[in-house]
Amino acid sequence: MTTAAAPGVRVQEAPFDLSAESAALTAGREDVGAVASFVGLCRADDGLAALVLEHYPGMTERAIAGIAAEACERWPLTGCTVVHRVGRLRPGEPIVLVLTASPHRAAALESCAFLIDWLKTGAPFWKREEFTDGRGERWVEAKAEDDAAAARWAARAGSAAA
Amino acid sequence: MQVLYFAWVRQKVGVGAEEVAPPPDVADVAGLMRWLSGRSPGHAAAFANAGAIRAAVNQDFAAPDRRLSPGDEVAFFPPVTGG
Repeated sequence: MTTAAAPGVRVQEAPFDLSAESAALTAGREDVGAVASFVGLCRADDGLAALVLEHYPGMTERAIAGIAAEACERWPLTGCTVVHRVGRLRPGEPIVLVLTASPHRAAALESCAFLIDWLKTGAPFWKREEFTDGRGERWVEAKAEDDAAAARWAARAGSAAA
Repeated sequence: MQVLYFAWVRQKVGVGAEEVAPPPDVADVAGLMRWLSGRSPGHAAAFANAGAIRAAVNQDFAAPDRRLSPGDEVAFFPPVTGG
């Protein structure tokens, strides 16, 4: 029987420390055989100067916690951590961290992919792009391929949204 | 009823939050959007394309036919783009 620690969910402006977050998932445990990680970075597309990320305080944390709880039901995880940054982020800076820990690699890898796919479509964040060349700013539009990526995990309960 | 706006919906409306008291015939999310459209040119611009807007009621995603109660917290925003 896999005993799961409560998912760790944080929304913050500060950077995160991948090594420290990973170590925290395995500290004091001997039942973890695999930790999978995903780090999303701000990419310098087409003259991008910065991304500005906005969220809905309260709802965003609840939505992520709901997705994380579902991951813990679908896979035998010993723990998972999601840290999503908000505010102004420059190219090269990390935006989001997903970590999953499990006795076995398949569960860790699959649940990590599930979490990031669902974060993109099911958690209230909005990205605004600022450009270097005086084009001003532009809100990023939702992408059909992100919906398709989430949909491949089949229906999530209560995921009417976004 | 507390109404919150995010991203370009907030920019068009001009405020991030407001307290409103819609009439009793405003029964659901779609009805609230129509009623809010009449409050100012900014509201009208924000809600001009209702299909481009998503909603949450009491911090859960909500469909346009979701029924409303006076104490609800209702939020309007574009499709999400996190991750």
